[in-house]
Formats: sequence, C-alpha cells, structure tokens
Amino acid sequence: MIFNMKVKRLTLCGLAGVLATLTLAACSGGGGETSTSETTDASSEAASRSGGVDVQIDGSSTVFPISEAMAEEYQNDSGKRVTVGVSGSGGGFKKFCAGETDISNASRPIKESEVELCAENGIEYVEIPVAFDGVSVVVNQANDWATCLKPEELAMMWEPTAEGQITNWSQIRAEFPDVELGLYGPGTDSGTYDYFTDATTGEEGESRGDYTASEDDNVIVQGVQAEDGALGFFGYAYYEENKDTLKVVEIENSAGECVAPSSEVISDGSYNPLSRPIFFYVSKSALESNPAVKEFAEYQIDSANEELITEVGYVPLPDDILTKVQERLDTAKTGSIFEGGSSVGVKLSDKL
Amino acid sequence: MTIDNPQNFGSDRPSEASNFNINLAGRYKLDRIFESLTWIAVAIALLVLATLIIDVLADGLPRLSWDFLNNFPSRKPEQAGLKSALFGTIWVMSVVAAVSFPLGVGAGIFLEEFAGDNWLTRIIEININNLAGVPSIIYGLLGLQVFVRYMEPLTGGRSILSGGFTLALLILPIIIVSTREALRAVPDSLRLAGFALGANRWQVVREHVFPLAIPGILTGTILALSRAIGDTAPLITIGALTFISFLPEGLQSPFTVLPIQVFNWVSRPQREFHDNAAAGIIVLMVVLLLMNATAVFLRNRFQKKAS
Repeated sequence: MIFNMKVKRLTLCGLAGVLATLTLAACSGGGGETSTSETTDASSEAASRSGGVDVQIDGSSTVFPISEAMAEEYQNDSGKRVTVGVSGSGGGFKKFCAGETDISNASRPIKESEVELCAENGIEYVEIPVAFDGVSVVVNQANDWATCLKPEELAMMWEPTAEGQITNWSQIRAEFPDVELGLYGPGTDSGTYDYFTDATTGEEGESRGDYTASEDDNVIVQGVQAEDGALGFFGYAYYEENKDTLKVVEIENSAGECVAPSSEVISDGSYNPLSRPIFFYVSKSALESNPAVKEFAEYQIDSANEELITEVGYVPLPDDILTKVQERLDTAKTGSIFEGGSSVGVKLSDKL
Repeated sequence: MTIDNPQNFGSDRPSEASNFNINLAGRYKLDRIFESLTWIAVAIALLVLATLIIDVLADGLPRLSWDFLNNFPSRKPEQAGLKSALFGTIWVMSVVAAVSFPLGVGAGIFLEEFAGDNWLTRIIEININNLAGVPSIIYGLLGLQVFVRYMEPLTGGRSILSGGFTLALLILPIIIVSTREALRAVPDSLRLAGFALGANRWQVVREHVFPLAIPGILTGTILALSRAIGDTAPLITIGALTFISFLPEGLQSPFTVLPIQVFNWVSRPQREFHDNAAAGIIVLMVVLLLMNATAVFLRNRFQKKAS
C-alpha cells in the first residue's frame, strides 16, 4: 500500500511536470509574440498572428503543387518563411475573406457569395492567373472508337437527365459499339468538376449522380485502367503521369478541330473549352504592408520561374498574358475579371 | 449468486432431466465448429492487415532513409521528407496526451466514484456516450470556432495548441468511458472494506480503487491516442498546413502532421510521391507503436505493483 502511494506520487509529480512545461512553453510563446509586435512594421501584425510566418497561403489542392514548388525555391533564395495549407478553393476563400491568410489559391474564379463575404469584411484582393490546366478526358486503352468527342457528346453522358438513361456507348453515337459506359470523375466539391460540368453541360456543378466520384484523382486513373468502357476526366498532370496506360480523347474545339491536350494547345487556347486558368488571390492590404507577400507574388509570376510550373505538371502562361498579369500586380488592380461568374469561354488575354 | 437456493435447483424439474439428451459427440462438434469460426474471423482480420502492411512495406521501405526523416517537404519526390510533419505530430500528440488524460480520467473518476445517481449525471452520461460517435470533422468545426477564433490570444490561432485541444476533445469521451469501465471492474467489496475501516471516499479511490483500475484506464487511453494520431479531418478544418519547412518553436507555432503529409502525397499524380506516402505510413506506424509501447510498459508496471 505504501508502495502504491509512492507510485501515485510519482505519477502526480510527472503530470504536474508536464503541465508546468506546457504553461511555461505557452508563456514563452506569448513573450516572443509581444517582442515581435514591438517592431513598428505593419508586417509584424501578420507575423504575430501565427508564430513568425512571413507569407500565409491556403486554398485549392490543384494549385498546391505550384505554391509548394515556388515556396520551396523562394525560401531558399530569401530565407523568408512561407506556409501553404490545403483547404480547397472554397475553404481557402473563407479564411482569406476573414483576413486570416495573405494569399488564397483557387482552381476557379472567386464566386459571387465569396466576393460579398470579402466585401463585408473589407478585404480587397488582386486576382492573378498563375498557370493553365487542361482538363483531360481519358478512356481505357481497349477503347478504339472514341478518338474525338464533341463537348455536346460529353454533355450527353454527364448531364443530370442522363442519369440511368445513357448507359451505353452506342447511345452517344450510332457507330459506337455496344459497350457499357462507365463514368469516373472528381467529387462534386472539386473545382475540376465545377469547370468540366460548366464547360460541357453548361450548368456549373450539375451532373448525373450515378458516376464513380473520388476526391483522389489516382482512383479515377485506376478505375479507367480497369474497365473497357470507362471514361473519366481530371487535371492534365494526372494524364501526363499515366500516358502509357490510358488513352486520351481529343476534344472538338469551337473551330471544329479535334485537339488532344498538350502544353502548347492548352496555353494558346485552342484546347477549348477544357483548358482553364488557375489562380491565386492576394490580399491588397498584405500586399501593401508586407514586402514578403509582394515579393512572393512577383516570384510566382516571374517568367524565370516558369520551369517550376512545368515541373509539377501545369502549363505556364504565355508571355503576352504574363506581362498583363505582372502589370496587374504592380498596379494592385483589385476585383475579379469574371465578376463572380465562371472562367469557361473567357479569353484571358482580352479580359486582363 | 443468481441461484437463490441451490437445493431447489433440479429437484423441481425432474421431467426435464429425464428428457435430457446427452449427445456428447454433437456438443463437442458444435464446440469445434464455433472454435474454427472464431479462428476464421481472426485469420481474415490478420490477412487483411498483413496484406496492407506488406504492400506498404514493399513500396515504402526502399524510400526510408535518414534524409527522408530529416528533409522538409519538396516538389521533388526524391528530396522530399517529413521532418516538419514528424515534429508536428510529436508536438500535437504531447498536447493531446497532457490535456486529455488528466481531464478524461478526472471526469471518469468523478462520474463513477463521486457523483450520485441523479438526472444531471444521467444526462451527462448519455451525452458522453453520444459524443463518442460524433464524426471527427464536427470537432474540427468546433475547434475552428472556439480554439482558433475565440481563443486566439491564448492559442495563437491555427497553432499546435488549437490542434491539440481539438484532438483532445475528440478522444475525451473514449477516455472517460474506458475510465468508468475500468473503475466499475474493481470489486465493490474493496470500497466497502475501505469505508468500514473509516477511510473517506478520496482515500478509498486514491489508495485502493484507482491503482487497480490504472491498467484498464491506460488501455483505453492507448486506443484513444491511436485514434487521435491518425485523424486528419479535424486538423485540416482548423487549418493545419500542408507545406511548412521549419520546425515548431512553441505551442503557438503553425504545424502539419504525418497523416496530412501522407494524404497530400497519396493524391499527387507522380508515382514517386506515392512511394513517399508509403514510407510516411511506415513512420506513422512506428511512432504509433512507440507511443503504445510506452503506455503498455506503464500498464505492465502498474499491473505488477497492484497484484
């Protein structure tokens, strides 16, 4: 019994010790914070907010690889601290419009509701396209009939009324064989899904419900590899990595030509309507008060860093658009060129 | 205990006894069938586990190296490492353990030993049991509003402290319930003996009941912490990061954890990143096993002491 008492005391002491270190650490953390905020530079406000971070980024998982590559190199060059979170385009805007982040990544333009939220909180932003992505439509390698599809034919497969009705390739075009159609696509939360449905069916975020949805594009890759009559879509990078095991479908563009996705046609706009810009949004106040944010934003659209974008599987902006984008950042032009709408059918070079 | 008067047993049903079919062979057969069924259940569980582990080891082992542990995330799969995630996990789990263990065990002891049986404790009990089944993302939303936003001056926003508190909330119900189960397994005669000798409730709990219950409590804590270490959703909700290339400097630092890093690598298109994810899973497994080994070691010590 006395023995037990000793053991008990030991555990109690241990617990007290843990708690003491906890409070100590918390105190020292607080101390560090006040010392940084003593410096009058306004950027220390951002720094004190989250333990000495210079640039805080959050948002789309599609844009994440670009931010990661840029942040990695920028940190090596400048010694500044950049952090990137992945809470999705929508989740990113929620934090951005609450003033919690400096830069928000998005695979789609800012939505009307998000524009309002930002306005309510007095957050002004500069919209910067950073690269192009080509939504790639792929089929199984055994599929030798679907070489070129029209957007209308994709719409036939994917529109809400197709649910339970369009189940066979022969229903899409009379000359297609009698093979069961299996559809694979990203989940309804994804920006790629929003863009694809908008570009094909004309209704953003509206599609049939009976397709295999996955948040992980690699699952779509595997699904299409395994089923003869399968068709799926995802970002260009996933097609590039799986070129050998999948067959890409050419898309008939507005000029009536059949085009397969490649970096050239994605950037010059002839891979329409499935070529889409991806963005980051910079808070105007962070841009003005925090030199690191401005530096990093410029770094991301510096033509010298185009290689990083290619390396992670996206298509850099062509030079004429890049110049306009750089000008936009320099003059800190706020607002969205899409006015809350989608980026389908919008020519960046005209609008910027 | 359940038979009031053993003399009456059997004597009031002589007719049944005469109808009783011994059928020993049949009963042994049933026994064997049931035994093999339970074995099949074990075998299936082990087979699934073994397949998963072998698959992960095959993909991930070649990638494991000191560099992998000591590098920060990178766009280049062969240079990418999980230093920040590993440290983040260790920091967060320390906070989770330090917060959830005393709170959970304390609440369990109060409810089981001190609180009377009234409507208030019954409501609390029902609520705790229900909370154990709430999806983890709900805790993430709660953590985002309470710890990240309302308590920002204390927690520093999207920090280790907020993440630790959120996960601690998530596993509190599990710890409370298992603490209560462990205390309930201690025979009442011990308590009564203590009271009979004039000990008060605090003395009885502290000297007799709690030491006996500690092994059971630690088992529950192991299960709870194992759940916390692998949970991603609430941390993503409160705004844990994915790319961070410096180590936490205090409890208010931003952070990432192993499951988030693994999740990110799994969803990348490049195959090399998938191997990184497998290696990350191995590291996560080792951390989990180390953590549990500590708890098992403590439990065995207490078990020896108590007996």
